Amino acid sequence: MPGSKSIIPFGPQHPVFPEPLQLRLVLEDEKVVEALPAIGYVHRGIEKLAEKKEYTQNIFLVERICGICSFMHALAYCQGIEMLMDVTVPDRARYLRVIWSELHRLHSHLLWLGLLADSFGFESLFMQSWRSREAVMDIMEATAGGRVIISTCIIGGVRRDISEELMAEVLKTVDVLERDLEIIRPVVFDDYSVKQRLVGTGRITSEQAYDLGSVGPVARACGIARDFRETGYAAYKEIKVTPVTETGGDAYARARVRIREMYQSIDIVRQAVRDIPAGDIAVPARGNPEGEVISRVEQPRGEVIYYIKGDGTKNLERLRVRTPTFANMAPLLTMLPGCELANVPVIVLSIDPCISCTER
Amino acid sequence: MVSLLKSVINNVLRKPETRCYPVERRAPFAGSRGHVEMDPSTCTFCGVCARKCPANALTVSKDPRSWTLEPYKCIVCGYCADICPKKSISMNPNHGLPGGI
Ligand code: SF4
Ligand code: SF4
Repeated sequence: MPGSKSIIPFGPQHPVFPEPLQLRLVLEDEKVVEALPAIGYVHRGIEKLAEKKEYTQNIFLVERICGICSFMHALAYCQGIEMLMDVTVPDRARYLRVIWSELHRLHSHLLWLGLLADSFGFESLFMQSWRSREAVMDIMEATAGGRVIISTCIIGGVRRDISEELMAEVLKTVDVLERDLEIIRPVVFDDYSVKQRLVGTGRITSEQAYDLGSVGPVARACGIARDFRETGYAAYKEIKVTPVTETGGDAYARARVRIREMYQSIDIVRQAVRDIPAGDIAVPARGNPEGEVISRVEQPRGEVIYYIKGDGTKNLERLRVRTPTFANMAPLLTMLPGCELANVPVIVLSIDPCISCTER
Repeated sequence: MVSLLKSVINNVLRKPETRCYPVERRAPFAGSRGHVEMDPSTCTFCGVCARKCPANALTVSKDPRSWTLEPYKCIVCGYCADICPKKSISMNPNHGLPGGI
């Protein structure tokens, strides 16, 4: 019967979702009129567990909030504790943190590109971007000892140094990536079929994006020039970052932002390798954290906020994490109504959802 | 059309990107954290590693002397190797093999 509504559960298990999220889609024929999210499938109680572990052990715990931007979680946490304990991180460590952060951003965006391509059936782009991503994974393992969860950030600095030879390898990797991106970029930017699926899909206005509190590439694709790296944490004081913005506000603009950010990350890695000073990589941190602090870091998906409250013992009183995907959930629910059912996967993937982050 | 032809020829001539694991294995990177190894000749069974392990994967007792690692709990973070006062623990870059290989 035309005009009657039906509800389709999209997820928790769905081929395009890397992680479980359920969207109950209220449909009128093939058109989505409302989307109701149901989360909680990968809730692991990390915030509670963090109160039971020592604050030094928590670094390894918060890294496991997200399997993609793990280093940035550790970075946000360590920066918070360092603020509480008045620790000044050595310069070399700040640069190393930037190098690993940007490598993480690169592999995260490549992973996202593959998933987005997969969501509209462009399997060869999916394969190619994941193949390029392997180069980053390898350099991460060579420099840090792990492919994704690299566990190099500690309170007071980093655990590992990158030697001269490995720095050369890092540069070689970003050169290879740049070469690959030169092939991938025109496909995403100009290909007729890709544009058919992305342009105008899931559009929100700049006001909506601002009012709903969107962060990261979702906000920047609406022309909101906000990137937390501008505030100059770690070595971003010396390495200037200008937010990459687009004005379309649709899935195409979000894709463009992320592709351009990959070039930006490659530049940042090159600058950091060129300018990195010699010296210590960590200072000892003595005592226990006391007081409360908010620490913020720009992750590939946007800004993460850590609230840390210490009471002078080795256990924290409270750890609260607001992850970027959680902030982008409300914009997502605004993008969905009015779209065709076939476009739902593209819209969902265009915000680069990380459900493990959202639910912790 | 020309670029398509170029891609086709490239793809035919190129080696595959994948490896035929487990027949062909990539050597691990030197600094890779593959698995934990303990040298019993230097260990004093002080138990520091067990107290600090974030995953509670280690159990150490002084009397009788024992040091046990639960491989399924270990998250291979390498914190025990950093913290051991005798430097008895090291990270071997070789990854454990999946069961049956
Ligand atoms: S910390 Fe080192 S010396 Fe102490 S029990 Fe563990 S392995 Fe042995
Ligand atoms: S590597 Fe980490 S998880 Fe494994 S035993 Fe050592 S401290 Fe525990």
